[in-house]
Amino acid sequence: MANGKDIRIEYRNVAKQFTSNNGVDGAESIIRAVENVDLSIADGEVVSIIGPSGCGKSTLLNMGAGLYLPSSGEVFVDQEKVDAPNQHVGFMLQKDLLLAWRTIQKNVEFGLEIQGIPPNERQERSMDLLEKCRLTGFENHYPHQLSGGMRQRAALARTLAVDPKVLLLDEPFSALDAQTKMILQQDLAETLSTEKKTALFITHDLVESVALSDRVFVMSARPGTIIEEIDVNLPDRANPMARRQDSQKQIGEYVAQLMRLLHVGETAAEIEI
Amino acid sequence: MTDKNTATRNSVWASLGLFVVFLAGWEWGPGLLDIPPYIIPTASSVYFEFIRAVGSEQLFYHSWITFAETAIGFILGTILGMVIGYILGISARAEFILSPYILALQIAPKVAFAPLFVLWFGYTIYPKILVAVLIVFFPIMVNVLGAIRTVDQDLINLARTFSASRWQIFRMIEFRDALPPLFSGLRIASTLAVIGVVVGEMVGGNLGLGFLLVFGEGAGNTALVFVTIIMLTVVGILAYGSVVLLEKKVLHYIPKKDYAPV
Repeated sequence: MANGKDIRIEYRNVAKQFTSNNGVDGAESIIRAVENVDLSIADGEVVSIIGPSGCGKSTLLNMGAGLYLPSSGEVFVDQEKVDAPNQHVGFMLQKDLLLAWRTIQKNVEFGLEIQGIPPNERQERSMDLLEKCRLTGFENHYPHQLSGGMRQRAALARTLAVDPKVLLLDEPFSALDAQTKMILQQDLAETLSTEKKTALFITHDLVESVALSDRVFVMSARPGTIIEEIDVNLPDRANPMARRQDSQKQIGEYVAQLMRLLHVGETAAEIEI
Repeated sequence: MTDKNTATRNSVWASLGLFVVFLAGWEWGPGLLDIPPYIIPTASSVYFEFIRAVGSEQLFYHSWITFAETAIGFILGTILGMVIGYILGISARAEFILSPYILALQIAPKVAFAPLFVLWFGYTIYPKILVAVLIVFFPIMVNVLGAIRTVDQDLINLARTFSASRWQIFRMIEFRDALPPLFSGLRIASTLAVIGVVVGEMVGGNLGLGFLLVFGEGAGNTALVFVTIIMLTVVGILAYGSVVLLEKKVLHYIPKKDYAPV
């Protein structure tokens, strides 16, 4: 559990509202995206957030990355208040966001280049990460020449290249097919463990959240707030394949609990009627 | 030898065959149909006029002048279009203020400015270049503006999470992302530039293929008009071809199947 000095990322009573113009009548309405969010993640922890679509999960991540600020409350990364994009945080989305005009290696070096790291050091780090992400031999390929899974691995390498303390992952695998997804989950879990990274992971996939995390936060529908915190007391966080195989029954129980909290079964029952 | 190669070769032969038929029709058709040479001169007389014009009308010199004016006008118009396009793309406010004027100028037929520019700058190369600049400016600006507006916001956010500066976001994302649409604009602009220059030359001065067109018309030398039109086409092909070559070099990363040649 998170306590004391080892907290890597912390949300303190965070709320975020957006004003949106209703196109038709031009009236401004206020959308309350998230409210009363308190959570903290300790060094080396992997924590998932699940919740219904549009519950403000991505809003939370964007505030963690400093892309925009909370309407009230505060976000801290490494005890420092987040008031702008900062270099402690790595960001990864469902879209790989590889730049079509850069080779895979140059894409991995993208963040390093922005931060003004000299070319030889950039190259050393990118080659090292490409090897870790099993992309050696593809460094001079362009993104369109790679499969979806390989592209997402390249995106992970790019995220890790700047050596962030916290990784914010917004449904990074949801566009992949089931098998590729499991392989990448395995890669990610191993990498997070060996690199000792802290991660906040957003997903729609209940099994994925249990297989990869130390803890799972459940969010309510909009305005999103955290309604439950579940400790995943299962071994092999660094090896989700083993966790899936050895703890099938327990994973099933956790998933059932999550389904109850998210009212997944009820919705299905309603549809059946 | 694959079927595909054979098919390509057959198409090349068919194309060449068509050209021979066209030349033959041009050479003997007018005679058979009793069309006088001052309406349609035969292919051979156009060829001999070409030889004569190279010697006594400085045909290549005039072609060179037209090409140089086209190239200069094209390059200046491109730079101007890119700069304004990027500025308007980045600043919604600038676009709001300037767009009515730009729209009005875009609707006005650019070649109509040629006489005005000749009044301003006299029988020099400048009015010709200026018409080309004006005519090239719009397709470039419109394409760059549109491209900047549609850059994926997530790409920009990605750069921001790496603490990129505004200039880095422009240089590493927006500028590069706008290159494919820019090249579509350049292709259109390269052919338009020739039109701008020729109209400028027709309006005033004694240099360039546009002048030669008017001169040929005044002398009732239809063959010279034909020769000049052919040379203008050559200049246009050179301009367009340079753009396509440059595009292949710069946009080499775009997958072939998405790539539309010519």
